[in-house]
Amino acid sequence: MSAHTASRESRSLSQRVVEFCDRPRVLGALMFGPAVIYVVVFVAVPFFLAIGLSLSDATVGSPTLNNLVGLQNFYEVVHQEAFVIGLRNSLLITALVIVCLLVLATAATELLARDFKGKRLLQIIFILPWAMPVSLAAITWLWFLDSQFSPLDWVLVHLGLLGPGGLWGPASHAYYLGREWLGIASVVVVDVWRMLPLATIIVLAGRLSIPRERLEQATIDGARFMRILFRVIIPALAPVLIVAVLFTALLVIGEMSMVALLTRGGPGHSTMVLPYWAYLKGIESGDLGQGAAIALFLFPVLLVAAVLALRMAYRTQED
Amino acid sequence: MAILQTQSLKKHYGRIHAVDGVDLTTADGEMLAVLGPSGSGKSTLMRMVAGLEEPSSGDILIDGRSVVGIHPRHRNVAMVFQSFALYPHMSVRDNIRFPLVSRKVSRAEQRSKLDWVTGILEIDDLLDRRPTRLSGGQSQKVALARALVRDPELFVFDEPLSSLDAQIRSQARAELRSLHDRTQITTLYVTHDQLEALGLADRVAVIHNGVLHQVGTPRALYQDPADLFVAGFIGDPPMNLLKMGDTVLGARPEDLFREGEISEPAAVTLDVEIDQVEFLGAESLAYGIVRGGLPDAGEQPPRVILRFRQEAEHHFQAGERGRFVVPRSRARFFDRKTEQRVAEPKGVGA
Amino acid sequence: MRTARKIGFYAAVILLALFSAIPMAWAVMTIFRTQADLFLSGTNPFVYANPPTVDHLIFLFNQTQFPTFLWNSLVIGLLVVAITVLLAVPAAYALARLTGDWGKRSGMAIFLVYLIPPTLLFIPLYQMVVALHLANTIWALVVVLPTITIPFCTWLLLGFFRSVPEELDEAALLDGCTRFAAFRKIVLPQALPGIGACIVFAFSLSLSNYIYSVTFVTESAARNLSAGVPTELIRGDVYFWPALMAATTIVAIPLAVAYGLLFDYLVRGFQSAEAAATGG
Repeated sequence: MSAHTASRESRSLSQRVVEFCDRPRVLGALMFGPAVIYVVVFVAVPFFLAIGLSLSDATVGSPTLNNLVGLQNFYEVVHQEAFVIGLRNSLLITALVIVCLLVLATAATELLARDFKGKRLLQIIFILPWAMPVSLAAITWLWFLDSQFSPLDWVLVHLGLLGPGGLWGPASHAYYLGREWLGIASVVVVDVWRMLPLATIIVLAGRLSIPRERLEQATIDGARFMRILFRVIIPALAPVLIVAVLFTALLVIGEMSMVALLTRGGPGHSTMVLPYWAYLKGIESGDLGQGAAIALFLFPVLLVAAVLALRMAYRTQED
Repeated sequence: MAILQTQSLKKHYGRIHAVDGVDLTTADGEMLAVLGPSGSGKSTLMRMVAGLEEPSSGDILIDGRSVVGIHPRHRNVAMVFQSFALYPHMSVRDNIRFPLVSRKVSRAEQRSKLDWVTGILEIDDLLDRRPTRLSGGQSQKVALARALVRDPELFVFDEPLSSLDAQIRSQARAELRSLHDRTQITTLYVTHDQLEALGLADRVAVIHNGVLHQVGTPRALYQDPADLFVAGFIGDPPMNLLKMGDTVLGARPEDLFREGEISEPAAVTLDVEIDQVEFLGAESLAYGIVRGGLPDAGEQPPRVILRFRQEAEHHFQAGERGRFVVPRSRARFFDRKTEQRVAEPKGVGA
Repeated sequence: MRTARKIGFYAAVILLALFSAIPMAWAVMTIFRTQADLFLSGTNPFVYANPPTVDHLIFLFNQTQFPTFLWNSLVIGLLVVAITVLLAVPAAYALARLTGDWGKRSGMAIFLVYLIPPTLLFIPLYQMVVALHLANTIWALVVVLPTITIPFCTWLLLGFFRSVPEELDEAALLDGCTRFAAFRKIVLPQALPGIGACIVFAFSLSLSNYIYSVTFVTESAARNLSAGVPTELIRGDVYFWPALMAATTIVAIPLAVAYGLLFDYLVRGFQSAEAAATGG
């Protein structure tokens, strides 16, 4: 085969275009571009629109940004009881969910990191809560925790914890979704239930990346399971746990269907969360300005949390 | 067959000069080893020749044509990577055919080239396997086949033997050499292993800190190193480098003889106390401290390594002391400041 | 001692399985309960007082819009997956290979897009959707849902592409490929597991979305499962529980099986992505 080096002049126009597009920078822009454009159009633009909306008195009836009212929406919103409770609940529920997930996901990881009979079946069962759409999960629990027909109540009565003479009061039903704190607890349980598979997968990925030798070394050094867990595994998992926390926090704090379907924010507003309140105010009541203001509230909190978490993740990696 | 030439080739990464002015010319059809420790710039040099990096300045010419700025696929350079870089999702046959398929070679020609290459490398029985099922030696052959099948003008090998087990390395080395002799393709062979370089190549270019220190035949590099770096890098065990005032005396372990054993005039006579002897089969190595004989040796008494063949008259033991000479014809001298090779200084060999 | 450990291990496994499965098991039981059985109070809920029936399933498929929701969700899911893959795969490759160091580190930065939660965007997006005359059609969701799927899938794929050794690309270049051909013929086949995981994730995320579905689409006929099922089968204070449970089960079980079979791929995807993000 003779020498194949092409000289610069002998290439046609279409060849030249191909060569140009194949340069790393150009090709990079061409391949990355569409995704960026899409995100800019459908995320960045609405984001700024939301800011604009929150500063205006737009409603569903007249959704224009003509009339800017400054921070009035924010002022009005902050003074509503539903908002204050909503903010409290959003943060509280997210925090509780994260704590529970950290513990349960780490435990579940220890199970799933090993090989055993029936693992495939467990994986299918285990991932079910996350595989199903959120609203359908909420509906399933809605029935499971029904105020009159919950099987849980029946079991508790038979264990002597509910019912006349029971530990937790003469009532035979617990009203999981109809009370303030029990309602919040129920939302936390359901959120933990559905997020556990995802959190576990994230942590498991980190767990499987721990070099075998490190674990074997600890066993040789005489450490037992609990010590290995706390002295070797968890420190090694630190950055990954932070990723898990971030992911799940974002997914929990922004989710409205859970509360919308389980408690409808009730009784009263006691189990309200911010996204649901934003929806109620903005779409159902039609006050786009206030709705946007409520929704925007979470953003600075999330930004600070995310930046801090990323810093910590990078720092633990450098150790 | 082609001649590779680099002219004042440089590559900077910010303030780091990976390659700092390299002028190199290969002969047509020769195997030239580029030898240097890690970080010496040899990999960067190789990647620029292949087209995977662009030089900051300077030129690269293949058969007189400048290839700077030309896409790797148009350079007619074939490369064998250290990790072999076989495509895992393709069979061995498809791996080897890939360069031909990319260049839209006809099916018939593909088949004939494939047969030719598998014949030379004796890999007929591997054709339907996947790369993950190949041993190190087999992977190397497939990588060679894939490179060879294109009839390139220039071969570049990136540490081709370092991924192989020690046992098969010498056999692989011999096979590489015979392959080169058969195909006569100009080859650039990059390695950090000096034994490999000396054993395989027609000429060796020693590179360090982005600069060539010496280019020459293996024998020339071994017997006449151009500076301290080459002297210390080539040879296993390394050349003894002993401070003598403003000069450094270089003497290979086999060039130290017991006083009286040879009739040649001596450059120096050393008083050595041996503290360790290593039995290596056909020869032994003795490690010792120079107690005298070196003018201006500096604060610490220097250490030497001596080499004895099994047939030698006297077998040294640890703790023994003896006098050893370095013949004038074998002694090499280097300037301490410039590190370059110099002639025998006055006053030596009295 | 070893058997005690084994028993303890399997006990934990069973506990975990129970935790995940019990609400679903209860739902499945409910599907076949007769109406009379449903509202019996005080009796053992774990047995059927009256013999089980499939009437509710028939009801679900014949007399509700459930089949429409199924179809819509499927169509929306597939379209969103297609858009996501078309945009995210090249984007991830570009970040992994073609944009230098900052591209590789942007793994976590992509994550920041998620800081802007759908609950913030849904109001202005609603306006945009109305302006584009897409409200009340499935196209509203097809156009908007990739905002959720693309960043995540790009992040996931970035890790996969990073784990493919660059030497393979380089060998392909020397073998006669343009950079794009090297991507197509050599790198892409290596990343197929990652793309598979992406498809699963994208489909799931689009299926799961409630807030956009509920906001942009008020007509039942165009709704997807997430929004349609609650609204269709909860009319005022009347809850059609068996039908509801049937709907959730019919959706949940195939998804669980699909995801469960891909479990290891999902973990692998996160392994690569985590390595990329934390500079591994």
